Amino acid sequence: MKTNIYLDYNATAPIRPAVIDMVSATMSQVGNPSSVHHAGRKAKAVTEEARTKVAALVGSRVRDVMFCSGGTEANNAVIRGSGAQSVIISATEHDSILAAVKHVAVPVYKLAVDASGLVDIDQLKSLLKEAPAPALVSVMMANNETGTIQDIKQVVEIAKEYGAVVHTDAIQAAGKLTIDMPSLGVQYLTLSSHKIGGPQGVGAVILSPTAPLKALIVGGGQELGRRSGTENVAGIAGFGVAAFEALVGLSRGNAVTEIRNSLEKTLRSFSNEIIIAGHPDHRLPNTSCIAMPGVKGETQVMHFDLNGICISSGSACSSGKVKTSHVLSAMGYSDDVSECSIRVSLGYKSTLADVEAFTAAWKTLYDRAGKRA
Amino acid sequence: MNSLKTPIYLDYQATTPLDERVLAVMMPFLTTKFGNPHSSTHSFGWEAEAALDIAREKVANVIGANDHEVSFLSGATEANNLVIKGVMNVWGKKKPHLVTALTEHKCVLEAAYHCKRAGYDVTLLPVGPDGLIDLNLLEETVSEETALISVMAVNNEIGVIQPLQEIGAIARKKGALFHTDAAQAFGKIPLDVQSLNIDFMSISGHKIYGPKGVGAVYKRTGRQTALSEQMSGGGQENGMRSGTQAPALVAGLGAAADIALNEMTQENDRLTALMGCFKASLCKSLPGVLINGHEEKRLAGNLNISFPGLDGDMLISSLRTLALSSGAACASAVSGPSYVLEAIGRSKQEAKSSLRIGIGRFTTEAELEFAAEKIIEAVQTLGGVKS
Repeated sequence: MKTNIYLDYNATAPIRPAVIDMVSATMSQVGNPSSVHHAGRKAKAVTEEARTKVAALVGSRVRDVMFCSGGTEANNAVIRGSGAQSVIISATEHDSILAAVKHVAVPVYKLAVDASGLVDIDQLKSLLKEAPAPALVSVMMANNETGTIQDIKQVVEIAKEYGAVVHTDAIQAAGKLTIDMPSLGVQYLTLSSHKIGGPQGVGAVILSPTAPLKALIVGGGQELGRRSGTENVAGIAGFGVAAFEALVGLSRGNAVTEIRNSLEKTLRSFSNEIIIAGHPDHRLPNTSCIAMPGVKGETQVMHFDLNGICISSGSACSSGKVKTSHVLSAMGYSDDVSECSIRVSLGYKSTLADVEAFTAAWKTLYDRAGKRA
Repeated sequence: MNSLKTPIYLDYQATTPLDERVLAVMMPFLTTKFGNPHSSTHSFGWEAEAALDIAREKVANVIGANDHEVSFLSGATEANNLVIKGVMNVWGKKKPHLVTALTEHKCVLEAAYHCKRAGYDVTLLPVGPDGLIDLNLLEETVSEETALISVMAVNNEIGVIQPLQEIGAIARKKGALFHTDAAQAFGKIPLDVQSLNIDFMSISGHKIYGPKGVGAVYKRTGRQTALSEQMSGGGQENGMRSGTQAPALVAGLGAAADIALNEMTQENDRLTALMGCFKASLCKSLPGVLINGHEEKRLAGNLNISFPGLDGDMLISSLRTLALSSGAACASAVSGPSYVLEAIGRSKQEAKSSLRIGIGRFTTEAELEFAAEKIIEAVQTLGGVKS
């Protein structure tokens, strides 16, 4: 019965085979990219090749890609290092943004979202009027729990009117949506390797050509002085390959959309009381946040685990703690709904059979819960 | 000699080759055990989390620490930034003084300058001609205003081992905290945080045949070692360092630490003998060379040597079959003389005529014989070192 169906891609994605090959091959070569000798130059060539590929994923200039240790560092680097006089963040940002703003010495404002998770544009305008300029507006491209996709272009247009700059956390959006940083007009964009099938321990800040960034970690002056420390050469190489494969995957269209839609359709045919949170249309093609009223998320997660299916109740970083989702609360859901929700997130290896196994296990639990009630 | 594979890698202080045994431990976490260690709801997450615990125990074991006192992060640069800025930030005006040394790694110095710009009082201690700090001067400098003393265990350019025991004793006596950047020392010389009174230690993976992109920080419990975090978020690593941990990298660091500990004595004896012969043959053929740093209190795998009258960059470029450097890797691109060599009293010319030779686990006797021959030949051709 233990089949190990992995449906938790938003927590971390299985590493792509081509990435594994690249990482292990690079691991076997010695060389510090800062060394001027042959071994060092070879290592440097590896990081620069990867930089080109990551730049291509988001349409940025190669030199505007700054590698670091992951999405959390990338988000902290931007929030703490932009030099803005105030920070406006949406209420549904990732924990790394919510926590980082507690450490900036400037006023911080929180932007509300509507029931579908979209930011309140009118409130954005009024906050921008009030906030000391220049403000940094940080709105994630797609939410990790619900998959709701924000209209970043619109956020940028409004921000510009007030001389504000925009950061978008594109960690969950990368590889799932086509991203073109210049046409979005954001000053900062952050990425994580392991969410797109690359290795853990690598991420990037992509800057616009004019964006300032005060280094979070100082020292040897690597990454154009923006991030010191010997580069994780193998990790960066793997990130590059993952970015390339993600880009190729995007050009082929998103096969997971159909599988995800079939999952939701099946569940709705089982029950008309389920709640699927997030925007009906503007949503990542791989994410479903589903509440089964009356059945606690933890119970559901355990049930699926017993059936060999890996899902989560909320985001991975907070799933260790017993607390309700700040994302669902911000969207106006009650604690009751929030406590009964799970997150299913699909990826490049997911199949219709995986989803069928999931819906079958869901039905078993639902029927059992129904009998008890 | 023809059987030797060139270029011969002699830059073990810049980075070390990954040990195959370490790679073998890492691979499962890149392939089948790919979970997010913070996913508490399924077995992929538990498996990854267990990897972190095992590695934590192994790293702690090398330095006599408790497991929970070790946290993982992206490397020694991050660790040094975290401890120096983090401690000063917590103490603030109560204890605004930071003491460190002129020959510290660039990232410690940069973190110290950052503190200075933030209004803290920073003392950069000089070192003697042997590269060691003056303990009397340290004792005079440290006061009740001093929050932190940060002195590296082993210097990355000249390999000298600082008197950690004495520094730790002074720190305790004066009520200051003691941090040591052990990037070059961890797993290479015995380090015991209890007997040395070390409160914080920075550790790097890729200097001990482990992967790049991972390091650890030791933070003592039971003293006032609070520090403000520089990465906030999911609250991983007891809230000290947020961000998804990379189980492959962390497991690699753990395995590398374990191997280093088990093989330390044997490896040090081997490297001491190899380096002894190498140094003797250079000194014999080139009598005017200057050895930089204390001759005994040093890392077995390091030799820093000046060839008066020569330009180090020119020397290196004529040694195509050897991969070595004139100093710290991060400073490689900058052609100025080494600040470490200037701090031990070498002239600019002398400093610019130096080579750093770093040997390690995979260096063979034949490689070093070849290297000595090539260096002697090149120095003589370039007409350096007056005897």
